[in-house]
Amino acid sequence: MNAAATLTKKDFETDQDVRWCPGCGDYAVLAQVQKLMPTLGIPRENFAFISGIGCSSRFPYYMETYGMHSIHGRAPAIASGLKLARPELSVWVVTGDGDALAIGGNHFIHAMRRNIGLKIVLLNNGIYGLTKGQYSPTSLLGMKTKSTPQGSIDRPFSPVALALGAGATFVARTVDSDLAHMAGVLKRAAEHQGTAFVEIYQNCIVFNDGAYDAITDKSMRDDTRLMLEHGKPLLYGKERNKGIRLRGMEPEAVTLGENDVTESDLLVHDEAAEHGGLAFLLSQFDVPTLPVPLGVFRDVSAPSYEEMNNELHADARERRGRGDLASLFSSGDTWTIV
Amino acid sequence: MSGAAAAVDIGLERRTAPRPVEELDSVVIRFVGDSGDGMQLTGNEFSRAIAKAGHDFATHPDYPSEIRAPTGTLFGVSGYQIQFASRQVFTSGDAPDVLVAMNPAALKTNLSDVKNGGTIIANSGAFTDNSLAKAGYAANPLKDGSLGNYRVYEIDISGLTALALKDSGLSKKDVGRCKNYYALGLMLSLYSRPLDKEEGDVRKKFAKKPELAEANVLALRAGYAYVEATEMFITSYRVRAADIRAGTYRSLTGNHATALGFVAASELSGVPLFLGSYPITPATDILHELAALKHFNVTTFQAEDEIAGICSAIGASYGGVLGMTTTSGPGMALKTEALGLAVMLELPLVIVNVQRGGPSTGLPTKIEQSDLLQAIYGRNGECPLPVIAANSPSDCFDCAMEAFRIAVKYMTPVILLTDGGIGNAAEPWRIPDPASLPRLEVKFRTDTEDYQAYARDANLARSWVRPGTPGLEHRVGGLEKDFLTGNISQDPLNHQRMVDVRAAKVAGIARDIPPTRVEGPAQGDLLIVGWGSTYGSIVQAREQAVAEGHAVAHVHCVTSTRSRRTSATSSSATRRCWCRK
Repeated sequence: MNAAATLTKKDFETDQDVRWCPGCGDYAVLAQVQKLMPTLGIPRENFAFISGIGCSSRFPYYMETYGMHSIHGRAPAIASGLKLARPELSVWVVTGDGDALAIGGNHFIHAMRRNIGLKIVLLNNGIYGLTKGQYSPTSLLGMKTKSTPQGSIDRPFSPVALALGAGATFVARTVDSDLAHMAGVLKRAAEHQGTAFVEIYQNCIVFNDGAYDAITDKSMRDDTRLMLEHGKPLLYGKERNKGIRLRGMEPEAVTLGENDVTESDLLVHDEAAEHGGLAFLLSQFDVPTLPVPLGVFRDVSAPSYEEMNNELHADARERRGRGDLASLFSSGDTWTIV
Repeated sequence: MSGAAAAVDIGLERRTAPRPVEELDSVVIRFVGDSGDGMQLTGNEFSRAIAKAGHDFATHPDYPSEIRAPTGTLFGVSGYQIQFASRQVFTSGDAPDVLVAMNPAALKTNLSDVKNGGTIIANSGAFTDNSLAKAGYAANPLKDGSLGNYRVYEIDISGLTALALKDSGLSKKDVGRCKNYYALGLMLSLYSRPLDKEEGDVRKKFAKKPELAEANVLALRAGYAYVEATEMFITSYRVRAADIRAGTYRSLTGNHATALGFVAASELSGVPLFLGSYPITPATDILHELAALKHFNVTTFQAEDEIAGICSAIGASYGGVLGMTTTSGPGMALKTEALGLAVMLELPLVIVNVQRGGPSTGLPTKIEQSDLLQAIYGRNGECPLPVIAANSPSDCFDCAMEAFRIAVKYMTPVILLTDGGIGNAAEPWRIPDPASLPRLEVKFRTDTEDYQAYARDANLARSWVRPGTPGLEHRVGGLEKDFLTGNISQDPLNHQRMVDVRAAKVAGIARDIPPTRVEGPAQGDLLIVGWGSTYGSIVQAREQAVAEGHAVAHVHCVTSTRSRRTSATSSSATRRCWCRK
């Protein structure tokens, strides 16, 4: 009997005390990941969780799998080496907005570019938590933090747009408070071949509380978020009567029934579009003018880096035979002294 | 074996030409020209011919960091020096006996190095007004008497090559490119080397371009014939074959030897090799060599930066393969934080620093041995790790294997220091029988009974567990860990214990290294203490001093296991230092 089939969430919990602040969004992500693992049909010993530095990077200590809590920003590079060395492992990177986008930005984009089989989960809380409250690359312009007492003059960027720009083949976004949605997105990421990137909007209860209220508050979230569904028109709103229409290259929010707008006028989501134009357009949506998209922005198929690397090895062996030390040593020009 | 007998054995025959042959003990020749003149190729080919004659040799390629500097400029000069001798050769030599200068810039930048009374062979055809001006000569040095202290041979290598190839149908540019083979022909003839072997090599080298092969052969023959036909050279020279240990040899650079040593470590342990690396001079050749060996268990990963180079290697080591990274000084600086992580994780890892001149970007193509203290001490916290330094190009092979032996046995990162000098220089390498090489034992733990991630064996090494092993799931990281479980611990006493045990583990490696060996008298005037690639220079200097009647001894350090906390340091020399002969 396959041992993987009998695993439960509990098998993925460690004996370590979880040391995030009470109420931190990270708890929800941990619980969803622990719930997801037994459903993937992968033996527990074949998972590895690699992280960098930051609140979210404590993650591996709480997963009863192989894992490494490494150094700031370098998790994608370490995970890339692990995945190349051991392609059969399911390798996950858990990171944050400072870890992945500031100090580790280079490794982040190059992992995507290569399409190496890592699952990269970015817990975006828009703040540096572990160092106690400085602005991050996703903090809003004007945000007052300990290092920006007059308000931030750093323009933030979108992790989703960055991933798309780097050529990622799977890009999704979810939010810590919507457990069902998070579970669905993580499952899709787990099943993707190549790099899968998931941004999770995560609330930092201490240093940036309420950052995502606009899209999580029950009273308004239906009107502020756009749940992406492949092949479906971009519809949202409590009454499901709002939608997104393109005017030239400009997206605009419209209401069905007003000004003769019908559902057929709306943009239809296509995760698998050959070029990432639509996904990039969606990555630029933000409140208050446009709803914030959640779900899978892009999911296209491309050979993974480790597959291509395996092919290089197979090809080299086919052409030259399995390497032999004696002939390697004496290749080239030799001479004999008697 | 006497020298004369050796000369016969290797097929060296006295020339039939009436020109007398002068016997020499050793010769230093430097080929210099524009970086497009093919001087590296000429030097390489000459070395191979010399090696086949049974000589020991050492080379020093010296090239500009610009890929193709403007023609004729002083900064575009590229050189290749070789010393060969009837005895063991330790360095590429100091002052050249012979300078082959392909243009005025090459003469100007190298003249001051040439031995007083030495020989200059100048390509007079390149000493045009234009190129003299580019080199900053107001008057032609071949004509103004300024070279009175040297034996100068003016040969219009450019013109004579063109003449030899006038019917070849090649473009003027291609004809110009053959002049290095003309120069090679000159030198082979002058040093009494046969031509036929070289002709075969040229045809093999240019097999895909037969018209160039034929042109180069013609140029080679023309240069060779020039020495025989003219009265210009009064004598030819011969260096007797060295008394070299029997065996099959090849010419090998240090970088190539390093790569072969790592592949050997992988094959002898049965564990795959992973190289994560970012291109940097003068280390990149190791990446090139290994990238071409994918029919072995070798994966190369050209990372996005130096940090990713070492980090990917750490990830690979965590995955249970032999992880390594290659770099040079500035790259080493970037890898520092990750090195600390590797010390903390106690995983096997090899970091090669092919040193170059520093600080900062420094002198990328020039040689310096100035990163030793960085290697031993250059990390935050108490962060000991063993450092190995190679002595010579072929020693890089042994050191690469030794680095992995230590890394795996002690579960530690190991720094291997070589440098651009021995990395690019070639010398004869006696090809070993793989069966004679020491096996490299690697044990992965699979036993789940009482597993503790930081429990240690008698060598204080923790066990190596491959992810994928059921029941041994565990977490490692850069935070200080509990002495036994490896869980995070901030306890001060535990920290002290961990600092002590990390230092003791590395210091204990000294037990595994043969005692320091002193070459020379037990008492005397001077003890020379050296490390790394200065070996050859020190040996030669000591020999000279001893010949002059001084009592001088030499000790050479190869492995350092020093940490800031242990006074039990050991810088020990290994057997490798003196085993070449």
